[in-house]
Amino acid sequence: MITLSWYLIFSAALFCIGLFGVLARKNAIAIFIGIELMLNAVNVNLVAFWRYIAPEAITGQAFAVLVFAVAAAEVAVGLALVISIYRRRNTVNADEIDMLKF
Amino acid sequence: MGDPVTLIAQWLENLMLGWGLAPQAVNLIMTVIGVVVIAVFVLVIDIFLVWVERKVVARFQDRLGPNRLGPFGLIQPVADVIKLLIKEDITPVGADRFVYNMAPVMALATVLMLWAVIPMAPTIVGSDINVGVLYVVAIGAISTLGIIMAGWSSNNKYALLGAFRMVAQMVSYEVPMVIALLVPVILAGTMGINAIVDAQSPVWFVVLAPIAAVIVFLTSIAELGRAPFDMVEAESEIVAGFHIEYTGMKFGMFYAGELLHALTVGGIISSLFLGGWRGPGAEAIPILGVGYLFIKAFFIYWVIMWLKYSLPRLRIDHMLGFNWKFLTPLSLVVVIVTAILQKVLVTSPYWLYVAGMLVANVLIAWITLLILRSRARTERKRVAEPRPVAAPPSTTVSSTTP
Amino acid sequence: MTGMHFVFLIVAVITLGAALMAVTSRNMVHAALWLILALFGVAITFAILNAGFLAVAQVIIYIGAISILMIFAIMMTRRLIADAGGQISSNWPWAALIAVVLFGGLWWLLSSWGGFNTTLPSISARADPLVELGQALVSPSAYIIPFEVASVLLLAALIGAIIIAWERK
Repeated sequence: MITLSWYLIFSAALFCIGLFGVLARKNAIAIFIGIELMLNAVNVNLVAFWRYIAPEAITGQAFAVLVFAVAAAEVAVGLALVISIYRRRNTVNADEIDMLKF
Repeated sequence: MGDPVTLIAQWLENLMLGWGLAPQAVNLIMTVIGVVVIAVFVLVIDIFLVWVERKVVARFQDRLGPNRLGPFGLIQPVADVIKLLIKEDITPVGADRFVYNMAPVMALATVLMLWAVIPMAPTIVGSDINVGVLYVVAIGAISTLGIIMAGWSSNNKYALLGAFRMVAQMVSYEVPMVIALLVPVILAGTMGINAIVDAQSPVWFVVLAPIAAVIVFLTSIAELGRAPFDMVEAESEIVAGFHIEYTGMKFGMFYAGELLHALTVGGIISSLFLGGWRGPGAEAIPILGVGYLFIKAFFIYWVIMWLKYSLPRLRIDHMLGFNWKFLTPLSLVVVIVTAILQKVLVTSPYWLYVAGMLVANVLIAWITLLILRSRARTERKRVAEPRPVAAPPSTTVSSTTP
Repeated sequence: MTGMHFVFLIVAVITLGAALMAVTSRNMVHAALWLILALFGVAITFAILNAGFLAVAQVIIYIGAISILMIFAIMMTRRLIADAGGQISSNWPWAALIAVVLFGGLWWLLSSWGGFNTTLPSISARADPLVELGQALVSPSAYIIPFEVASVLLLAALIGAIIIAWERK
């Protein structure tokens, strides 16, 4: 029997791996990869809770769909920003983009 | 009366249960056998498609095509396969080996995965999922990934450029395709392809939604990357695009994958719009359904080849303009009108429903043609005006003569 | 150990392994490809949890659109064909410590919750979750307002991304 605990541990692990990616990487797009992993972990959590605690209410799945939409919007704007920064400063290294000007 | 495939499957299952295997293991083995049977069947037809392609292109170009090997050249694809197998397998320097080898596998695998949801007969279907149409869109999305992998891992600027353009084209044409694929979903009330084929009972959906059928057809050709949308692999321009660096059987997988994808597109369009396995006597004798499905799929494949060998290539800005400025608004209008009509006419008698949908589609097509005609007229007028030319004044010539 | 246990363990190991490779890979395109494998694993997890629509939507949105966008962005922001070294910043031991402590804290917190070991309730087949989801997203007593707000958000993101990445000639 797979209990809810397995899914919760799985999504916690995925979230922490994503967090490590966000904190420990220099390339801005690698930070984005970490953010995507964190959002996916949240989605897994939502759907696991829906399936185990309240499968007759559709709230969990609806929330997960909205998280999809928000993630897509965030990636679009974020990568547009990264490309725009690359055009000005010729770098996407988060350590080198530390001043507002120059 | 059952069909031979289901009877054989049941006999095998009873045999294995009789040997004492657990039911879960029997299920697993039957699933694996089913997957292998469908894959082998489809791939064998793929080899036949190479012959069909070459003969048909030859006839369109007023010549005979391969006719030396075997009767009517039927052994020609076998010769092609042998040639591809014995070619040297080159990996370019600096290429990413794993991704380079995985890309043709992904290109062929994504096409094979599509055959899992196409119902071949009332009782033969790979897997009856209730989000079948969405699954088709998802597999289309994965195939763009295979192309990027191929283009990037070849370590070649032209391959990368070709891959970028191909992916831009495929992603752009997904938008009207997904919107137009909603029309049979609205008409049938469900996303499962099995249920959509079941719902085409007296009248096929191509009569109820001809514009949506045409839009799905055109966008599928653009997704395939075949002419007239083959800017990205034009031999005279970008030298074969993202599969420049592939030789031998890997190129064979791309080529066979493309032909098989065209037939798969034919299969999907005939399931969604032309009634799938429906035909005279298909409910009574299910094995006939397979025949009807393939006749319809080959008909659509023939129309795709007809378009390829008759039309010139579109330029990339024309192609993208056609998509964003014409197909997307048209498909949105068609979906909105179909949804409204479906709600309004669902309780009326059936002939009124069919007539209403058909008349609405004809009206949309007519209004579109009127709008296009008036635009073409203004464009023609604008281009036909005599352009102001700088005319030399008549007095300066005499004043400069010495 | 039933079949479902095996399947879930294999999927979890593949997903977590791919996620680890995605955040530690030196080559950015490899990192994106590992991310795609991790997203596939999450899609299979959704399918195991009987959320079929979400599984297919995950493949379309994440793998078919977001990952391709990331690969394009990676290819457009490289200085050389090969990436310069040093992709992991120098304070990575602290990041690893924070991640491990957070994981331990989450596990402890969740295990002290009563419903941690809930077993799988059987799902009745009275209404298809797909039909219910569709109705919930457009019904005035359910989630139509968040749905509309999400579509306005996507429109704003679309316009904003085009304007931000516009090349000023």
